[in-house]
Amino acid sequence: MLLSPALAISAVLFTLGVAGVLLRRNAIVIFMCVELMLNAVNLTFVALAQRLGMGGQIFVFLVMAVAAAEAGVGLAIILAVFRHKQSVSLQNMNLLKD
Amino acid sequence: MLLTFFWIFGVIAMGSALLCITRKNPVASALWLVVTLFALAAMFVLLDAQFIAVLQVLVYAGAIMVLFLFVIMLLNLGRPGPSDIKGPAGLAIAAVLAGLLLLQLRVLGQAPPPDAIQLPAGTVAEMQVRQGMVGAVANPLFEAYLIPFEIASLLLLAAIVGAVVLAKRKL
Repeated sequence: MLLSPALAISAVLFTLGVAGVLLRRNAIVIFMCVELMLNAVNLTFVALAQRLGMGGQIFVFLVMAVAAAEAGVGLAIILAVFRHKQSVSLQNMNLLKD
Repeated sequence: MLLTFFWIFGVIAMGSALLCITRKNPVASALWLVVTLFALAAMFVLLDAQFIAVLQVLVYAGAIMVLFLFVIMLLNLGRPGPSDIKGPAGLAIAAVLAGLLLLQLRVLGQAPPPDAIQLPAGTVAEMQVRQGMVGAVANPLFEAYLIPFEIASLLLLAAIVGAVVLAKRKL
């Protein structure tokens, strides 16, 4: 059975994604870390689909659609912010703070 | 044999994910993420999800990562500059929080799904033989999961319009 190794690897990948979001300041790299987390969840879905029916694979399909929408809109937001600030560092995005 | 290959690809995925979050250059990060996505596609094949593996390569490693690289190059972020990785304090906070999360996820992973809702071993593989690799995903998608599918198409339409509105200089 590949279920328990799949869950272990998925947990590590999700944790690495979270660590990346906490560790980086570049907005695009943070976006890539979010994609990494989504992929870790996909691995869990596929591993469980083996024993719990095809619903898991359908959900991976839907997660991919959401990830594509998120990447498109998110990168458009980053482009718009870059035009104002000439930077994608989250340190410079403090308009609401002051 | 299967388990060995699964762990090989798992170690590749985890190692390149670690490199992805620690590389200074965003282009290098993106390319290491592509390696992770390919390793995950190989793991999907080992888990009897060949169609999903093909989608992973086409949609994730193909379309989404090209979009990322495109934006990185468009904003000219590949040039050397100051590192965006936080200092020792940020590293310590990230390590502690991520370690706690990993502990929680591992404890959750110890609880197997109850036997009552598990299908007998080989049911999914048998279904794939009977309906075909694509049919086994497509039949439930257009029957039981039709409403989520339609909602996903609406979401993608909204994302297309939103991306154009946000990224265009003048409408």
